[in-house]
Amino acid sequence: MARPNATDLRTRLQEWIPKLVLAPSIASMLFFVYGFILFTVYLSFTDSKILPTYGWVGWRNYSNLFQLPMWSVALENLAIFASLYIMICIAIGLGLAILLDQKIRSEGVLRPIYLYPMALSFIVTGTAWKWLLDPGLGIEHTMHLWGWTSFHFNWIKSSDYAIYCVVLAAVWQTSGFVMAMFLAGLRGIDNEILKAAQMDGASNWSLYRRIVIPQLRPAFLSAIVILGFLAIKSYDLIVALTGGGPGWATQLPSTFMYSYTFTRNEMGVGAASAVIMLMMTAAILVPYLYSELKEPK
Amino acid sequence: MSSAIQSNVVHSGRVARVVIHVVLLIAALFYLLPLFVMLINSVKPLSQILDGNMMSLPHVWTLKPWSEAWSTAQIGVEPTGLRPYFLNSIEMVVPAVAISTMMGALNGYVLTKWRFRGDTFLFGMMLFSCFIPFQIVLIPMARVLGILGIAGTVPGLILVHTVYGLGFTTLYFRNYYAAFPTELVRAAQIDGAGFFRIFWRILLPLSGPIIVVAVIWQFTNIWNDFLFGSSFAGQGSQPMTVALNNLVQSSTGSKPYNIHFAGAIIAALPTLIVYIVSGRYFVRGLMAGSVKG
Amino acid sequence: MGFLDISNVTKSYGSVEVLHRVDIAVEEGEFLVLVGPSGCGKSTLLNMIAGLEGITSGEIAIQGRAMNGVHPSRRNIAMVFQSYALYPNMTVGQNITFGLEMHGTPKPEREAAMKRVAAMLQIDQLLDRKPGQLSGGQRQRVAMGRALVRNPDVFLFDEPLSNLDAKLRVDMRTEIKKLHQSLRTTIVYVTHDQIEAMTLSTRIAVMNKGYVQQLGTPKEIYDTPANIFVATFMGSPAMNILPTRVVLRDGVPHAQVSDAAGNVQYLRFSQQNLAAWDGREILLGIRPEAITDPEGADRKSANIQMLTNLVGVTEPAGSDTFVTMTLAGCDVIGRMRADAAVLPGASFEYAINMEKAVAFDPATEERIAP
Repeated sequence: MARPNATDLRTRLQEWIPKLVLAPSIASMLFFVYGFILFTVYLSFTDSKILPTYGWVGWRNYSNLFQLPMWSVALENLAIFASLYIMICIAIGLGLAILLDQKIRSEGVLRPIYLYPMALSFIVTGTAWKWLLDPGLGIEHTMHLWGWTSFHFNWIKSSDYAIYCVVLAAVWQTSGFVMAMFLAGLRGIDNEILKAAQMDGASNWSLYRRIVIPQLRPAFLSAIVILGFLAIKSYDLIVALTGGGPGWATQLPSTFMYSYTFTRNEMGVGAASAVIMLMMTAAILVPYLYSELKEPK
Repeated sequence: MSSAIQSNVVHSGRVARVVIHVVLLIAALFYLLPLFVMLINSVKPLSQILDGNMMSLPHVWTLKPWSEAWSTAQIGVEPTGLRPYFLNSIEMVVPAVAISTMMGALNGYVLTKWRFRGDTFLFGMMLFSCFIPFQIVLIPMARVLGILGIAGTVPGLILVHTVYGLGFTTLYFRNYYAAFPTELVRAAQIDGAGFFRIFWRILLPLSGPIIVVAVIWQFTNIWNDFLFGSSFAGQGSQPMTVALNNLVQSSTGSKPYNIHFAGAIIAALPTLIVYIVSGRYFVRGLMAGSVKG
Repeated sequence: MGFLDISNVTKSYGSVEVLHRVDIAVEEGEFLVLVGPSGCGKSTLLNMIAGLEGITSGEIAIQGRAMNGVHPSRRNIAMVFQSYALYPNMTVGQNITFGLEMHGTPKPEREAAMKRVAAMLQIDQLLDRKPGQLSGGQRQRVAMGRALVRNPDVFLFDEPLSNLDAKLRVDMRTEIKKLHQSLRTTIVYVTHDQIEAMTLSTRIAVMNKGYVQQLGTPKEIYDTPANIFVATFMGSPAMNILPTRVVLRDGVPHAQVSDAAGNVQYLRFSQQNLAAWDGREILLGIRPEAITDPEGADRKSANIQMLTNLVGVTEPAGSDTFVTMTLAGCDVIGRMRADAAVLPGASFEYAINMEKAVAFDPATEERIAP
């Protein structure tokens, strides 16, 4: 009696419409994201210079890349920048969140102040901090005018310290966001657990160290992943704040990729550096997204 | 984030509370300092900036740097001010936000209420696509824009921002619609409503908050973008961030810092206003982007 | 052929069959309840009748017309959902008339139908409110109104009372029963609550693990359960199931059981064909209300067996007192009158109505038919 073909037109149409609606997005994703990734990966194995050319050179671009001193500097900078950026953001964010969680009446005013830099463009942030950090105009100059003449703060002009200026500006922009993540985590903790711990005689300090902070694990994980991702793709801030200088002192893989591809006309090497960046991101994100998407059964 | 439940459990002494307030206040000053410096120096004459203190209030208040930044400052080679670039940004942002939000809403609807085999996998692929370093797509995108004949134009930028914003808008709507009972859709099906009618009459009227979240997120991201703007915009289509960078980097000789600051604030103003008006939704978008459901 | 015919219907997800060859013919005006534990397939079957899930094989027909592949809106059915599924953005009135609007009914007719239904369910004063402003019971009424207004051939209810508190649930149960008695429409109703099933239905299909275990009137299901699953699922407290040996005494089959002290006692069966099981093990099923104090025993019964045993626990429930004793190594519950003199730990004489006893084959767990 089974009649699988008896489905009426309307029902069949209704089954197809959702897929048709989704199709453009899926197609553009496959083409513009995954297709492009494959294309860039392919280019990284070719002798492309100013334009894509298709002469196969194997791993030569990659071996060249890792012999370039500028790439080593960029990787080293990324390591310094990312680790400091993540650690300082988390320290400030967690600290502010815990302090704000102490029933502070002015929380409604303070929280938006901590968070507003996140709404700005990195170009604006870079412009502002470039000036503040300029020894002749900014903080150092002001301290001198206020009578503290021995004050020196000229990191941005130093090839050893300029990268820490990038950390400072980046922390200024995103630490408020990390604060918000931790605050949401703190607010999600069951009050009864805290009450029980207090009955057990826990001091405020041990309450946070032993009970609260361990429960913020998901917030820590999210913060590390997001900040790591932001660090790898940081580009605008470098352009606006230091332009990668002094010299190469603040080059990151992102600026390296741009300059090799579009100004030095070494597209093959540029593509190889982009592939490395993608692999770094994937190493952080794929496990994270996978665990987030696993359907809770 | 709603400031709903405060933990009323942790108590601290009076001295401790004073210390807490001092620390929080210092932090607030740290975050406000750059904005304050930009603001007061954007209304000073250049002469006072050059031999004065960045923290001092203007002796003479002037809006001239603002008007110059807006209409006459040298951007690149042309003394046009930021005005045409501001308009470019608007022309680019409005359609890109509208299209990506609309498509994201439909995608979220399909992925939660019309599920099919493999939908989670497809969504995972979309999700990953919001977290790629965009350097990986720069070269092929430049080629494709050229082939399509929209390289260096505003429509080209709209395409780029729509395509790479879809992942996030889909994420927002999917998570939002996932909380809706599927029985609603089933009831409407029995009532005789089809795919689009259910979306239009039942889901969309309930989507106000998430539309605001998605629109703000997209608006902020696209307005603030620099990488795509500097890679794909031509002379006539550069967005605000690229123009600001040109303004700040390119002027030779004595730099008109007051004009730079006025320009920076003009560039920041739209997103700042959005943040001030609807900060709650802005934060919600940030959180949804980081903590997935 | 019935009004709603479910013939040989199966459902599979991939290679997993979740519903096995279901055959139910529902007559016009019948109130069929599908009951079973969660995961038994009852909601899947209901969704298949509604057209919300496809039919893997077999056929579902309403009034002789095959419904396989027909869109839910074209089956002339209406459904009340567990969560009510009221459209939150529409008023009560719009909720009720949305289906008519989708089917192109002109506005004046819609208004009239809405008024009629609202009056029937006493929700006239709520028509301009949004669902968020209603109480649970009111939402339930609106959900029923939305179903009623369509004048469907078949009403489908998916656990409609499970979100209500205990008292309201009883009230709404009565309400639904009244509605069925006055409208005489065909209803298929899914629940996991066996009391709802017993009180509402004209027929019950007890389901488990994708099989219809038994289909019958409430009385058939209760008195002559087809197997151990049905016997223990329907009725509260559940039917006592004791492993016993059948022995013939003077040619009459008896159940041999050991009491709490370990002494062997015999209970005479009314069911004569159990003589064929002489010397073999069976499972004896006795409902709690068939184990009483002697004064509370059913006077019409022709076979009351007396049994003296120690009292375990007594649980006074107001109207009755439930008594637990150990029999055949099991905890057996009996139901005494409230003022019966039962003392825990003391010896007591129980009256067991063996006319109501049922016997099951321990190998198949099927009832041994008389």
